Amino acid sequence: MRVPIRWLGEYVALDGRDATEVAARLNVTGTELDRLVHHGVETPEKIVVGRVLTCEPHPDADRLRVTTVDIGAEEPSQIVCGAPNVAAGQTVGVATVGAVMPGGMKIKKAKLRGQASVGMICSARELGIGEEHDGILALETVLPGAADVAPGTPLTDVLAHADDVLDLEITPNRPDCLGLYGIAREVAAATGASLRPAPWTAAGAAEQGSTAEEGEDAAAVDPRGEAIDGFSLEVTTTRCPRFTLRLFQDVVVGPSPLWIQARLSAAGQRPINNVVDITNYVMLVTGQPLHAFDADRVAGGSLTIREAVDGEQLETLDGTTRTLKAGELVIDDADGPTSLAAVMGGARSEVHEGTTRVLLEVASWDGPTIHRTAHRLDLFSEAASRNAKGLAPEQVDWAQALASRLLRETVGATRVGGTLSAGTWNSAVVQPPLAVRESRVERLLGTAVSRPRQTELLDALGFGVTDAEPDAPAGTGTLQVVVPAERRADVTREVDLIEEIARLGVVADLEPTLPTRRRAAAARLTPAQRARRRVEDVLVGRGLQEVVGWSFTDAGAAGRLELPEGDPRAAAVVLDNPLSEDQAVLRPSMLVSLLDIARHNRTRGVDDLRIFETGTVFRDAPDPVRADMPYEHLAVAALVQDDVFAAKGLLEALLGALRIDDWALHATDEVQFLHPGRAARITVGAGDDAPTIGLLGEVHPRVADRWDLPRVATFLIDLDRLLPLVPDARTFRPVGAFPDARFDLAVLVADDVTAAKVVAVARKAGGALLEDVRVFDSYRGKGVPEGQVSLALHVRLRAADRTLTDEEIGGAREQIVAALAEQVGGVLRG
Amino acid sequence: MQERIAELRAAGEAAVAAATTTDELEELRVAHLGRKAELPNLLRDVSKLEPAERGIVGKAANQARQALQAAIDARVAELKASELDAQLIADRVDITLPGKAEPVGGLHLLTRVRRDIEDIFLGLGFDIVEGPETETVHYNFDALNHAENHPARDRADTFYLAPSPHLDGDVQRLLRTHTSPMQVRHMERAEPPVAIVVPGRVYRPDSDATHTPQFHQVEGLWIDTDTTLADLKGVLLSFARAIFGPDREIRLRPHFFPFTEPSVEIDVSCHLCGGTGTLKDRSRCPLCKGTGWIEILGSGMVDPNVLAAVGRPEFDPEKVQGFAFGMGIERIAMLRYGLSDLRPLYENDVRLLEQYA
Repeated sequence: MRVPIRWLGEYVALDGRDATEVAARLNVTGTELDRLVHHGVETPEKIVVGRVLTCEPHPDADRLRVTTVDIGAEEPSQIVCGAPNVAAGQTVGVATVGAVMPGGMKIKKAKLRGQASVGMICSARELGIGEEHDGILALETVLPGAADVAPGTPLTDVLAHADDVLDLEITPNRPDCLGLYGIAREVAAATGASLRPAPWTAAGAAEQGSTAEEGEDAAAVDPRGEAIDGFSLEVTTTRCPRFTLRLFQDVVVGPSPLWIQARLSAAGQRPINNVVDITNYVMLVTGQPLHAFDADRVAGGSLTIREAVDGEQLETLDGTTRTLKAGELVIDDADGPTSLAAVMGGARSEVHEGTTRVLLEVASWDGPTIHRTAHRLDLFSEAASRNAKGLAPEQVDWAQALASRLLRETVGATRVGGTLSAGTWNSAVVQPPLAVRESRVERLLGTAVSRPRQTELLDALGFGVTDAEPDAPAGTGTLQVVVPAERRADVTREVDLIEEIARLGVVADLEPTLPTRRRAAAARLTPAQRARRRVEDVLVGRGLQEVVGWSFTDAGAAGRLELPEGDPRAAAVVLDNPLSEDQAVLRPSMLVSLLDIARHNRTRGVDDLRIFETGTVFRDAPDPVRADMPYEHLAVAALVQDDVFAAKGLLEALLGALRIDDWALHATDEVQFLHPGRAARITVGAGDDAPTIGLLGEVHPRVADRWDLPRVATFLIDLDRLLPLVPDARTFRPVGAFPDARFDLAVLVADDVTAAKVVAVARKAGGALLEDVRVFDSYRGKGVPEGQVSLALHVRLRAADRTLTDEEIGGAREQIVAALAEQVGGVLRG
Repeated sequence: MQERIAELRAAGEAAVAAATTTDELEELRVAHLGRKAELPNLLRDVSKLEPAERGIVGKAANQARQALQAAIDARVAELKASELDAQLIADRVDITLPGKAEPVGGLHLLTRVRRDIEDIFLGLGFDIVEGPETETVHYNFDALNHAENHPARDRADTFYLAPSPHLDGDVQRLLRTHTSPMQVRHMERAEPPVAIVVPGRVYRPDSDATHTPQFHQVEGLWIDTDTTLADLKGVLLSFARAIFGPDREIRLRPHFFPFTEPSVEIDVSCHLCGGTGTLKDRSRCPLCKGTGWIEILGSGMVDPNVLAAVGRPEFDPEKVQGFAFGMGIERIAMLRYGLSDLRPLYENDVRLLEQYA
């Protein structure tokens, strides 16, 4: 919302407060300043009134003229001017040397085709007060008495043409601040400045040196009644609580007075013509949109506001044919649809140059209905976005009153008949006042605010406050508060009024306190949260860099991972409104983002990549906890530029650090994106049905190649499954005071016997004395028959209560050797 | 006999003194004190002597043997020390050569900042909970008191999920636009008093230097019978000082959020210019743009409609009340680490990430 400060000053006594000061107060009371801009000439003091003394053709340029202009100096100034309409005798605005024009152009002494020029005669657009730029602005055409103004007078003395403009961010709950008078009320409440009467009242008109005639005081009912001869109105929907029409004749469509154009320009509205400009002007003051029909183009003089039929079509003012949906609102005349109600007028009944009678519509609408329509059609005009807020029906009267006065005063229009009204709104229904308990204010804000102070704050915002029991002791009383119409949608409860009290009177100097934690349990991370941090820290400790990838990927990612269409991992969650095709679905596997990041780094010359990520992955399948939502889980994945044993080493370190002992790998060639000979499922727990918590393997060379990567290995773990398995505490067993006994065995076994199986057999055979057994070497080649492998085992025995004897050690060794021979066909080597 | 012992001892001692290596000394030990050497054999033969002589000779021989052993030990120690000295000199390296390469890992900046924030709020008495990233319109908007025409619901501001034949129920699904849905989800299952922060990833369809379509937030919620706006200020002041330095102040600036009432934005005094708006060289502070204040988060007292949306008597808005806040992790990271562009955080160039690790 652009608020020109001088225009604002018409409604609130700023008493010398400048734009910065006003903005600073608004900023800390709930109306944020987006930016402070200057509209128009940057140096208004350098623009003076001039009188053109002579005007001759330029000797060397057909389109230029050489003028002499009296700007109040001893000597007239010679100014070269390109405007076709410049003429001797005109009174003009002159930008003198040193002036800085809108957009930053600086006026300097110059020579134009050999003729000296010291200044510039300005057009309306150059002054920032209108659109006109075909010629210079001859002041006598827009300013009565301009010919009598002494040359050299600052132009600002006779014409408001440059202003500071507050560009305010209005929060969605405050449509009242989408009108200048609403801002004025905020400024008054925030600064203590006095608010002037509203311009749509008799007092407001008087304040501006005018007189409100019949129907021009919104505080009174239109004395001319509710009928207009030859016009009829019907509202057949509940989504239009109030619709009003007034008729004006003797309208001559032309440019608006310059002051209206100047104000509209400063507020960011392009001046169009006097009728349309008034509808915009009144909207900017009241916040209430208006629409002007050419009364003679409203077929049959009848308007009907109704809900659209699904699929019906309408041509809007911008020449586009729109297809409507059921429940959207249209305005019909006798010939059919003429407007997309509250959003955009129709071309057929638009005000045009020859319009002489204007039918002025001011209506209030069901906000959500208008919001949906405007949103669907992407038609958020100034009017539509205000109507989408669901404005108060009372605001209709404000707009009709002010517009009527301006049409009379500046267009010379005459009003005919009364105010035609329809809609479900009943002005007789009065909202009951809201109660504000003094105790509640203190309980919520943490500081006491006396009832007189509360009354003062609410009163400044236009609330009607009554203290039913003024003698009630402090902390026990209750205020009864009547909410003004323009705040009715926002303030419906006690807490809403407490917010008003808080923002104006409390937050600026509230003393901070700390709440008490009353739950008798220390705040700390949950076991799963601690385990997750452990996961991250272990991988960082192993030299991996954590990355944070995109949750999004493209629909082809599953295909690039070679996942067949029916694979559950290929079922990606699809976005309905993605930003781009590259981000159209949610990642079904962390591997996608890791490969993307790996490629990004490889192409930038980073070698020996070691990265991991923890994050969420998604699948288009019912979530086990929330059946109506997609399956999502927390995952950790690592990717190293190395072979599968590098990744396995990391996995061992990770699970070891988490104190998970009973995990196992099961070789698999069924994971399409992993090397079929170098991949495994990871399970935790005993038995064949132990749950799979992840995958380990080298990325399939074909997949890696698609990402321009060499051999990379990965593990992918479902943390939602793993973290609950992490033991939170563990009981320690004594290391033992007695020495261990160690020996190594080399066993020949068939190729297809896994190391894990050999270790398992040895462990079982070693019995109670066996402390540890592991494979430390695996050898194929010279000395080992084809089809066999030599596994070197390191065995450690220990007893808790004694030093083992040679017999015990030898016995265990024999048991292990025998078991290996019997169960896996192991033959002792050497 | 005694003369012979003295001779042997003198000869042995002379030889030991003359030895120059530990190997040589070992040979001497064998020659003089070994099984076949004369001195030990003298001792062995003492029993054959006259009883009168036995004591004298035995004693002398024993003394000679011990003296010789001591001389050898002393000389061995002496030589070992000098041999080690020589070895150490030979072992000398160029210590400026590089060490054995160890890969250095690191947490991503966003994780570091998230953990910092979590730890601060743990210290202030908040538990940490997490929630789903896909959400329903109910939890993301309706239960949080967003009006039906609130602009945040627009497709320009929220990612919606395409309808799925695999999922039950006729609900409109979306990617959560904030971590706030966990307010109601948590209150549905917890008993008051409640004090939680909710870190997590959130999504909005924005893409420029300071907006990415995914980003991270931390939600805060404290509900009890008497939690006040002043408490909110105290908690967030403590937080701001922990993150931005002990001299920071905060300012509450009234604002509007659908799910809090009253609502305030929190500004922290600028840590670059000390809140003066001006740098030492008298230029305008680029971080706070001369205002002395930086907006860090939105907050307020939980709207009674949100408590009512929980639908449990334990959270009757007449009985319990409290505050909520939500901050962007990226925003805190940008302010603390001087980032001007968020996009590199998601490009994950490890050379950049390592600088923050």
